[in-house]
Amino acid sequence: MDLFAIAFYVFAILIVGSAALMVFSKNIVHSAFALMFTLAGVAVFYALLHAGFVAVTQLLVYVGGILVLLLFGVMLTTRGSFMDVKTRSVNLLPSTFFVAIVGGLLIFVFVSTDWILLPLTEDQVSLPGLGELLMTDFMLPFQVAGVLLLLSIIGAVLMAVRKKTLKPGTQ
Amino acid sequence: MGMDSLILFSLFALFLPLAGFVVLIFFGNRLPREGDWVATGAVAVSFVLSLIIMFSKLATPDSVTATWAWVQMGNVPVLGGLTIELGILIDNLSSIMLVVVTLISLLVHVYSMGYMQGDSRYGRYFAYLGFFTFSMLGIVITHNLLMMYMFWELVGLSSYLLIGHYYEKKSASNAAIKAFVVNRIGDAGMFIGIMILFVHFATFSFDAIFGAVAAGDLPFASQAWLTAAGVLIFCGAIGKSAQFPLHVWLPDAMEGPTPVSALIHAATMVAAGVFLVARMFPILTADALLVIAYIGAATALLAATVAITQYDIKKVLAWSTISQLGYMILALGVGAYAAGFMHLVTHAAFKAGLFLGSGAVIYAMHAALHKQHDHQTDAQDIRNMGGLRGKMPVTYWTFLIFTLAISGIPLTSGFLSKDEILAGTLAFSTLNGHFLLPLTAFLVAGMTAFYMFRLVILTFHGKPSDKDRLSIIREAPGVMTVPLIVLATLSLFFFYSFNPLGASSGWLYQALERPASVVPEAIGPIAASVLYQAVSSVHTLVMILSIVIAVSGLAFAWLVYEKRSISADKMAAAMGPLYRGSYNKWYFDEMYQAVIVNGTLALTHISNWFDNRIIDGIVNGAATVTQGISKISGWIDYMFIDGLVNFLANFTGAIGMRLRKIQTGKVQNYLVFAVFGFLVIVFFFMAI
Amino acid sequence: MVFPEWLAEPGLNHFLVVSAILFSLGLLAVISRRNIIMVLMGIELILNSANLNFVAFSRYGALSLEGHMIALFVIIIAAAEAAIALAIALNIYNRFGSVDVEQISELKE
Repeated sequence: MDLFAIAFYVFAILIVGSAALMVFSKNIVHSAFALMFTLAGVAVFYALLHAGFVAVTQLLVYVGGILVLLLFGVMLTTRGSFMDVKTRSVNLLPSTFFVAIVGGLLIFVFVSTDWILLPLTEDQVSLPGLGELLMTDFMLPFQVAGVLLLLSIIGAVLMAVRKKTLKPGTQ
Repeated sequence: MGMDSLILFSLFALFLPLAGFVVLIFFGNRLPREGDWVATGAVAVSFVLSLIIMFSKLATPDSVTATWAWVQMGNVPVLGGLTIELGILIDNLSSIMLVVVTLISLLVHVYSMGYMQGDSRYGRYFAYLGFFTFSMLGIVITHNLLMMYMFWELVGLSSYLLIGHYYEKKSASNAAIKAFVVNRIGDAGMFIGIMILFVHFATFSFDAIFGAVAAGDLPFASQAWLTAAGVLIFCGAIGKSAQFPLHVWLPDAMEGPTPVSALIHAATMVAAGVFLVARMFPILTADALLVIAYIGAATALLAATVAITQYDIKKVLAWSTISQLGYMILALGVGAYAAGFMHLVTHAAFKAGLFLGSGAVIYAMHAALHKQHDHQTDAQDIRNMGGLRGKMPVTYWTFLIFTLAISGIPLTSGFLSKDEILAGTLAFSTLNGHFLLPLTAFLVAGMTAFYMFRLVILTFHGKPSDKDRLSIIREAPGVMTVPLIVLATLSLFFFYSFNPLGASSGWLYQALERPASVVPEAIGPIAASVLYQAVSSVHTLVMILSIVIAVSGLAFAWLVYEKRSISADKMAAAMGPLYRGSYNKWYFDEMYQAVIVNGTLALTHISNWFDNRIIDGIVNGAATVTQGISKISGWIDYMFIDGLVNFLANFTGAIGMRLRKIQTGKVQNYLVFAVFGFLVIVFFFMAI
Repeated sequence: MVFPEWLAEPGLNHFLVVSAILFSLGLLAVISRRNIIMVLMGIELILNSANLNFVAFSRYGALSLEGHMIALFVIIIAAAEAAIALAIALNIYNRFGSVDVEQISELKE
């Protein structure tokens, strides 16, 4: 059992465990921290899969950005101390059962399919290569993504402040 | 000085005003004095760089080009592989123009600090000035048609912004729109011309196009296409340089602040058209040049006749600008390249000075009227002035020098360039018999002297229209008079040539050697050597004639307005319709209103009538028929179809009532249903 | 100790299984939790599982570097989505005074 396998199993357990913790925890702040471990574990997985740049992006954007955003969301949408916000789950048992069927089906499909295997060696992945791809084949998506980000910033700002500007006398 | 540093300097000179614009637009309000020093400083550095560029360029005969690939297209249909380049071309023409633009811009910046003081959009004004300077410099130093067209449009935009500076005034915003739209008409022609060249040569670069034409490769292998391209590109110049018949925007553009008039409508923007013609000179055919010459002559005459009867100080100057631009275009048209461009340079100095001087007068009048609490009297009407000579000595003397220069009195710069133009025009006509051109040119020279001295005498001499007002008129502040003095010095002959009676030995004339024409000899203009020989044979005659004409125009004005030995009113009455036509600017605006604006309106009325009567009639007829049919089918519907539909509706309603319970309004329930449906589908396919 | 062969050498299927589990857990969070922020976290989990699939296919399957590119774009879009969703959540909170999904049943009317 080589180092790769050990790393895989350790982080697979971390990912699945903390994801489960996130879903089943009553305290929403605990959930958020569990999510952080899941996301970091997924980043390690990316690194294991030779996708170093995606791993770094995952850390930066998800762990550094989105998670903080979610925590802000928790803080802004609760009254009183947000450290002990309890949330309820509805129909936990039937939905767990239902989701188990979905997961089982997915795993069955994944394992039973005969995938075309065409492994990528480590030296085929390079940051300049990615950059070139971004500037050639993926030029349009890249531009569109930029526009999308701009729009979402404007949209988010508008939605967040609209209420205040509508109030009379606040000008 | 290395060539690379020349390019670097020119880039700095180009982008500094833009940087000033950006800083002022974003941070103008937070800077002390609203950042006017930023804009002025940027342009001052640009000016120094331009001076360095000019001196180092004039020292060498080679021009400098630098290009950057901008857009690379792999394979364009019809054209094949295509690279669009950006580039800079520094030759004598552009280096001299660089200095002219930055110098006038710098002086206008300094002057504006005084003139625009207390304006509500002071910072914004300086920002736009910087933006305009940037656009204009772009036109000057570009090496290709595409970039020139882009900067050409930017100049149009920035002039729109500057003319409309007082946009609260309806007349100002209308004038801005008019300038923009009228320019657009010319630009459309220019664009078509550029595209003719581009489609054939697949390049925008001047050098490449000239080289191809020189090698005998005409657009679509036709001389007519080459002439057409030249005339169409000249359309852009007609718009920007306010040539007949698109001259109507320039007098209206006087609604902008007076320094703007000096910068845009005297020295730089309107000179862009002349610059364009000079740039494209090598590929202009004899036919195209003849068109250009006649349009220039027509413009010069038309504008001069209007200028004689106007009373608004700025309007007189505006019409005289149009007239002088006509001169430059005429000179280029007859092939007197150096004379035409030299007139551009000298005219830039003295006309900017005239405008700035008129600004000083208007400024003083405003201040005096303000003190008198008089808001009715027009501060720009020369009938309300008179006798300002004693109160505003600096303004008066500088204004007088500018007037002498524009009238072509010896010892001034205007004499040098105008003399060369007249000589070139006469020489041209002796070679091929177009005698109307020199006749017009000499006539306009006399009229110029007359109306300019009429302006000076009515403004500065004579009896004041209001003694109280005269007593409180003050000279303009130092920031306004210093630019006047600088420009007045530049209107003297020794800057351009040490010989006060002939420009051809001066450095400027030498530097502006006419570029070799690249069109086939059969359709090319008269060769430069032939023309210059003809010029030298008529030169002495022209010099004497032009002095006599200028002095007689001057003397006539003196008799009419100073001595009043000839009554201006009687003269006007004697002229009758001529006077009224001139006073009303030959009804061009009314004509365009009647023909083009009302024509368009009439067309819309006709199509409206067509819509209402014909189309609607058909539609209504069809409607009546349809109505009849529908009544019949309505009965059928009611009896048979409705029964069926009602049954279906009731049936669906009953089911809906039962299914309604599923619609809980809770998003998560819906999601579960969705996933459930997905599972069913997957199982279904797996079962197969 | 002896490991079965399939366990000793993690390959494509192993990653896919982890991603499937992640997806299921995310779906569970989305459909069972009441707090809208938790629903958002579930969505992030689902997006991550999809991303893991892309990168895994890129490493072992026939997707080559394009898998990485798609993963990057998914991350970009997830960031935009999180910002917008948070703004929506704030608006919901301002309007209904609660972020409980059960209480927001306007769709019923």
